[in-house]
Amino acid sequence: MEKPLNNRAWLMVAPVFVLVLFSALLPMMTVVNYSLQDSMGQNQFFWNGDGWFRDLLNPSTEIGARFQDALSKNLSFSLVALLIEVPLGIAVALTLPRGGRAVGPLLVIIALPMLIPWNVIGTMWQIFSRADIGLFGAALTGLGLHYNVTQNAISAWCTIVVIDVWHWTPLVILLTYAGLRAIPDAFYQAARIDAASRWATFFNIELPKLQKVLVIVVLLRFMQTFMIYTEPFVVTGGGPGSATTFLSIDLVKIALGQVDLGPAAAMSLVYNLITLTICWIFFTIMTQLDRRRYA
Amino acid sequence: MARITLEGIAHSYPRSPTMALHPINHVWEQGRAYALLGPSGCGKTTLLNIISGLILPSQGRVLFDGKDVTQLPTEQRNIAQVFQFPVIYDTMTVGENLAFPLKNRRVERAAIKARVAEIADLLDLTNELPRRARALTVEAKQKVSLGRGLVRADVAAMLFDEPLTVIDPALKWHLRSKLKAVHRALDLLMIYVTHDQVEALTFADEVVVMKDGRVLQVASPAQLFERPEHTFVGYFIGSPGMNLIAAKVSDHVAHVSGHDIELGARYPKIRNGEAVIGFRPDFASLAPEGGIPVQVRRVEDLGRRRLARVALGPHEIFANVPEGVSIGGGQAGLTIQQDRLFVYVDDELVLGDRR
Amino acid sequence: MADVLPSAELAVARSRSQSPAARRAHGLLPKLGLAVYLLALMLPIYWLVSMSLRSNEDIMSTLAFWPHHPSLQKYYYILNDSTWVHAFGVSLTYVALNTVISVTAALPAAYAFNRFHFIGDKYLFFWLLSNLMAPAAVYAMPFFNFYYAIGLFDTVWAVALAHCLFNVPVAVWILEGFVAGVPREIDEMAAIDGYSFPRFFIRIFLPLIANGVGVTAFFCFMFSWVEQLLATTLTATDALPFAAVMSRSYSVSGMDWSLLAAAGVLTMIPGAIVIWFVRNHIAKGFALGRV
Repeated sequence: MEKPLNNRAWLMVAPVFVLVLFSALLPMMTVVNYSLQDSMGQNQFFWNGDGWFRDLLNPSTEIGARFQDALSKNLSFSLVALLIEVPLGIAVALTLPRGGRAVGPLLVIIALPMLIPWNVIGTMWQIFSRADIGLFGAALTGLGLHYNVTQNAISAWCTIVVIDVWHWTPLVILLTYAGLRAIPDAFYQAARIDAASRWATFFNIELPKLQKVLVIVVLLRFMQTFMIYTEPFVVTGGGPGSATTFLSIDLVKIALGQVDLGPAAAMSLVYNLITLTICWIFFTIMTQLDRRRYA
Repeated sequence: MARITLEGIAHSYPRSPTMALHPINHVWEQGRAYALLGPSGCGKTTLLNIISGLILPSQGRVLFDGKDVTQLPTEQRNIAQVFQFPVIYDTMTVGENLAFPLKNRRVERAAIKARVAEIADLLDLTNELPRRARALTVEAKQKVSLGRGLVRADVAAMLFDEPLTVIDPALKWHLRSKLKAVHRALDLLMIYVTHDQVEALTFADEVVVMKDGRVLQVASPAQLFERPEHTFVGYFIGSPGMNLIAAKVSDHVAHVSGHDIELGARYPKIRNGEAVIGFRPDFASLAPEGGIPVQVRRVEDLGRRRLARVALGPHEIFANVPEGVSIGGGQAGLTIQQDRLFVYVDDELVLGDRR
Repeated sequence: MADVLPSAELAVARSRSQSPAARRAHGLLPKLGLAVYLLALMLPIYWLVSMSLRSNEDIMSTLAFWPHHPSLQKYYYILNDSTWVHAFGVSLTYVALNTVISVTAALPAAYAFNRFHFIGDKYLFFWLLSNLMAPAAVYAMPFFNFYYAIGLFDTVWAVALAHCLFNVPVAVWILEGFVAGVPREIDEMAAIDGYSFPRFFIRIFLPLIANGVGVTAFFCFMFSWVEQLLATTLTATDALPFAAVMSRSYSVSGMDWSLLAAAGVLTMIPGAIVIWFVRNHIAKGFALGRV
């Protein structure tokens, strides 16, 4: 598709540019500023160069160890969540009817968890996972498991995973469903004429055609798990100990709690850089997929 | 091989008050090539899908070689279908695509290989066999779709749903001749749905013309041209189509705009005498004088022939200008070949007595 | 285009023409799986609703599957309490503000990205996308300082503008997908017919992507409504959103669970209402208009 070159289009993009500039770039400037300085308090700053950054990336310093810990927790959480949500979401999307009056209401029900404010989700599961007043907690302890969100690290971790799966699998379902709907009927008809089994139809028709959607799904879900904050904060507060202290929680603790602006700023930048890099990788994959399609 | 019989097939979609298909009885003889021709919405795709088993008809039975297959699903009917756009399996090579239907039916490997090679040769795809199917041109992909249908030796009929829609016009003839070659080589029953009369007329032994869910005429291309049994058939086929003029018909004369046209046959009493007379431009010629006086509006030189647009009163008529005849603007004389002049009442052909 | 088989009819036709055994296998297991999933989905929500209808004493004393003496007491309390009502109002306000700002700014930008090529367009688009993925935690502190410095701290405007960080990219991305669905011939015809660009955009183009605008507005609403970290960080007393009020719901005897539950249930209602209006376009919108 040829698009005419028109630099006056910048006028049309200007409002968005200005808004995001103020929302993203300018605040980041202050962060960069803080990350390169140290403070004795009372607004007195002196130059620290890359001191904070070196501390951050050095696992033997206190801040470095903390950062690594939070980072590895976050990455493993993202991985586990993805491994559960993507197959589950695809499976559920495959069970949805391809047309008819039931579809609208079904999609609304499925989308419900995503419409709930994140703190309410936290509260909901806080109640639900307690052994004394919640069905989930009661059921698990009734089965004999040592389930205690506030005291048992594994319980806390697993619960956060369950919450995230409950909360965000709908996104996978809806995106996959949209992708499936875009496949022309003729492909399914041809598969029937070719006597293909359900599995063969899935692997040879549906999965290849879902490639682009799945890349978007994985990107969105990875990023969202990578910056998860509210739900674990409400349910476990980051504990017990630091069992569920993910990157965002740790960052906010440092930044707003301890008023240690330097390290917090450095951490923000590195955090942001990681997300940018991953974003760029996915963006490249998507454009490659596009190019291959039109080859 | 099969002959397919449609017995009283009719269909209306659920939640739709109108009938998509009015009752049809037809026999599709094995080994012949048929075209289902008609404008959008005429029911031809519905009919095709009833034959292939993708739709269960509201009424009637479908018989393959006398056996009732109406309740049988598509995969048990031994038909193959080619769609409007190429349907190929992206992740497979051309060879794997062609082998797929046989693999699913558990044919043994050696037999698959031989058959794939045979069909690939027939379709000029032998060199493409190891390539990824998605890397091919659109025409090659459509050939692969076709090949997947042909690769099953027991296929009873091949159904085509406007298969040339996405093909580059310059390459349509190539695919069309390939289809004819395949037909001759494999002696299959082929049913081809299209809204393009050129495709239908060049491909088919017999054409089924449809409109609004009804079959208007089933005949060879030549017969459709020479003796249309319905005004729509006359109008739809031919370029330009038949001239259709409202007239008052009594006995052997048609009165049009104050002129009398000799019909060459005697017609029974028609209610009010209101009818439509039809004749193709190819069977109407102009001369400077003689015949029915008409006003010449325009003469177009189309190379092979000259086509004149003339007016008889308020009626616009197309007619041929024979070679060597020179027609200026103004008046001219129209002569219509009488055995190609037809009378239609309520759109249907009425036969006259030519004794 | 030839008469195309509507997909719903085809599905019906397909299922009807299958053998009874095949129909059972294909129909029952997936439906069962879907039912199980839906049940698991509704359970925590149901539990919350049940909590909201019970009193705290009742909750702490027995684990009941349904409220034995349901009462709307907590709901009345919330709806009559000025702090709560103000908080809900504040939340709705900044969400509405943000939606309007985001969609309005995104419309011309989405058009430009799809129809034109300009210097730096790919980089700009990527930068927008990356802001979608920006961790709110990273911006909590800088926003705090920034909005304090410009005097907007503790106002609805601070939150409305802060949420533009991710909502403007969302809006651009979704709208661009819908703009792509309008053939360029329409723009050309309007130009030939002598429409000035603003007139063309408002009277011809916008109605064509009305669905897309609705879906985009829904998503902006949703993402802003659910985000609480920035909303609570940037507010203190005047513009407290409901999340902040909820986190302070202690009574003498500990957490006021039934009050929290009632508040939680109330927060689900705006979302449910909004999604009902766009339910027919939801699937396409979630695919960000691009599938």
